[in-house]
Amino acid sequence: MIAFLIKRLFHALLVMFVISVIAFAIQDNLGDPVQQLVGQSVPESERAELREELGLNDPFLTQYLRFAGNAARFDFGYSYVFNQPTTEVIARHLPATLELVAAASFLIIALSIPIGVYSAIKPRAWLTRLFMSVSIVGISVPVFLTAIVLIQLFAIGVSWTPFPAGTGWGAWLNDLITTEGGMPAYGRGDPTHVFGTWYTNFASLEGLTYLVLPAISLASIMLPLFIRLIRAEMLEVLQSDYVKFARAKGISMRRIYFLHALKNTMLPVITVGGVQIGTLVAYTILTETVFQWPGMGLMFLNAIERSDIPLIVTYLMIVGLIFVITNTLVDLIYGLVNPTVKLTGKPA
Amino acid sequence: MTVTRLPTVKKTLLASAIAATLAGGALMSSAALAENTLRMAYDADPVSLDIHEQLSGGIMQLSHLTFDPLVRWDQSLNFEPRLATEWEQVDDTTMRMTLRDGVTFHSGNPFTAKDVVWTIERLKKSSDFKGIFAPVESATAVDEHTVEITTVKPYPLLLNLATYIFPMDSEFYSGDAPDGDPKDEIVKNGNSFASSNVSGTGPYTVTERQQGVRTEFQRNPDYWDTDSPGNVDRLILTPISENATRVAALLSGDVDFIAPVPPNDLDRVRQSDNAKLITMSGTRIVLFHMNQKRVEAFEDPRVRQAFAYAINQQGIADRLMKGFATPAAQMSPEGYVGHVDSLEPRYDVEKAKELMEEAGYADGFDITMMAPNNRYVNDAKIAQAVAAMLARINVDVDLKTLPKAQYWGEFDDRAADMMLIGWHADTEDSANFHEYITACPDADSGAGQYNAGNYCNPELDKLVAEANEEIDLEKRANMLQQVEQTLYDDAAFVPLHWQDLAWASAINADIEPVLNVMNFPYLGDLVVDAEDAN
Repeated sequence: MIAFLIKRLFHALLVMFVISVIAFAIQDNLGDPVQQLVGQSVPESERAELREELGLNDPFLTQYLRFAGNAARFDFGYSYVFNQPTTEVIARHLPATLELVAAASFLIIALSIPIGVYSAIKPRAWLTRLFMSVSIVGISVPVFLTAIVLIQLFAIGVSWTPFPAGTGWGAWLNDLITTEGGMPAYGRGDPTHVFGTWYTNFASLEGLTYLVLPAISLASIMLPLFIRLIRAEMLEVLQSDYVKFARAKGISMRRIYFLHALKNTMLPVITVGGVQIGTLVAYTILTETVFQWPGMGLMFLNAIERSDIPLIVTYLMIVGLIFVITNTLVDLIYGLVNPTVKLTGKPA
Repeated sequence: MTVTRLPTVKKTLLASAIAATLAGGALMSSAALAENTLRMAYDADPVSLDIHEQLSGGIMQLSHLTFDPLVRWDQSLNFEPRLATEWEQVDDTTMRMTLRDGVTFHSGNPFTAKDVVWTIERLKKSSDFKGIFAPVESATAVDEHTVEITTVKPYPLLLNLATYIFPMDSEFYSGDAPDGDPKDEIVKNGNSFASSNVSGTGPYTVTERQQGVRTEFQRNPDYWDTDSPGNVDRLILTPISENATRVAALLSGDVDFIAPVPPNDLDRVRQSDNAKLITMSGTRIVLFHMNQKRVEAFEDPRVRQAFAYAINQQGIADRLMKGFATPAAQMSPEGYVGHVDSLEPRYDVEKAKELMEEAGYADGFDITMMAPNNRYVNDAKIAQAVAAMLARINVDVDLKTLPKAQYWGEFDDRAADMMLIGWHADTEDSANFHEYITACPDADSGAGQYNAGNYCNPELDKLVAEANEEIDLEKRANMLQQVEQTLYDDAAFVPLHWQDLAWASAINADIEPVLNVMNFPYLGDLVVDAEDAN
């Protein structure tokens, strides 16, 4: 177990090293940070001076070694845009992203397991067919479109009156498809301070309303995927011998479904889920942009737009770290769920 | 209140959840209404609280909130006294300004002439401002409330410059910060005292700032301008970079004031019952340079004219920009001294073909073109349209569009034969256009820094230099108009349009009187009708 964790630590360091080298190598293509720092009428001589001051004229290796030397002391440099250490900037934006991912993951887990299991148990029910066809749509619609539609429906509101409003049923139908809007569509509102840089939206009802639309649109990509995955796995498990024997033994169907079958269904789901949480962090870039959610994704996009190279490099390294950590956690959980898997430092 | 309202709403489950939040929101806002709050969303927030760190629109908007200039432009581009109440030219190079009495900074320090001197000296140290303040030789305090500004040579635009002088609290910004650095240092990359602390004379103080997330301002209770009708007590600025989200935030009532309004959403805002739209013809000229160093054909004025004749500015303004632009035939917009009324866009494809034939290029030639794709309104589409129009005079365009972060590097390298640029004159003066866009490029003096066409007419440079020392404003206007006329005749560049400006607000915010073509809303004077807010 210790050996396993140490090995993973080395993985993390290796990943971060490789990412930093790549990020540094492409920085010339990310634009000129000096351009972003000065006004348009600033003469070239001033720009050259600033460029020299920032060390942008040094050869690649000098720049990288300087960065790596500082990074070894946990100093990742100053963000050009925020004028603060990049680690501080990220620490300030990280909680927002993690909360959004947590809310979306909660939605995914809370919805995908019951729906997936239901559609496996009752593969021919009309509700199953509905879930399956909606999930196909869900997978195909890009996340920013979902987000914009959600904003139009629930933040701005729409009023359609295709049915005769004079009649009782027409008014009722019109009412049914008309939305009032009013949901917050941008930002986090006024989150509650927990400690350090962590402000939370989970502490109040008002805070939660800010989370609803972004979390739904972030979940919209993964949810259908998980429903289908759980359904497919469950169907397969239900065909297996031990389920048949359990049924023959007379164990109640409920116990078979939710204790014996579900446990084995979840094994591959956990693996995929762990990897997907990393991807979810990446998808936040789109969601956060549309909803102006002040998390790391939005910050990263701003950093790219303004050629804030130190911040870009630090962000990429941290995302790499998050991937390694989630994968490690997945392996640990996997070991708990499936005792036949042994975590060792040696390759299996 | 939440509970009592719920049963009245017979909607879907989701709708009732929404109603609950709405009711909650109404409760909140009625509590907040005791003081007027304006929630506004710009596409970006100011990069720093140090108003001398960068010369940019965001910083200027901030300056007008937390500071006051000596004088400012009114809506018809006349000077309005602010911290300077009177001014007179003592001799050719000296202007004496009388300063307002009884003004205090946010820190409580009184505002005096020494603050103005201190500020001008700091401006001359700022890398972004020292360029436009180069004509200023020095400033001296004559007495507590009189200051004399001396220029190197006779300089007719000193008042234009005075709109950039926002006196800072010299006492507050002097000495050493806790980290040992001087408080007045200007740091581009890194923290400085001034980048996170403010003491100005302006209508608002900064009470909270999370960069990139929100900035909160509180009305300065001791604001000197008691005649100002402004009644907004609290301002919350949130940057929303995504166009669609910014508009949605306004339409859904989450914010009260947004800028800019993207052209695609103009109709949506106009038709909305709970928002209003204000547009203005802007002063930012968008144009294409034709690089004479890269393409031999561009050295021939007939070819350049042919290009100017081939482009349908009106068409671009009407169809592509949906009327959100004023077609241009010169750089100076209306209201600027150099503006020549008679110059009209010269769209005539037949004439263009004739000129090409005359110049010996009837079969056309190949060129490369570059444009940014996220800097100006519809920039990439404009470039595509221009490329298509040039195809009609047999010019084959290889177009590349880039995000602005990458584009300016390419622009500095003059990497394509035709390059798009938009320019707003920081001095609100015609000479500035020529100095940066069409003057003979000279790396040492910085002239023609953005002249990607390498057009060079030394006579014009001389004329503009003379105009910059001409105190007789009428004579000066004639000189600058002559410059525009010559540039037009020479077809030094292909002008496209002046990009319009658009703001939108909630119905109860009377934004129109505080807006201006510089896009520095004077929010200190904004009136919000609290009655309408419900």
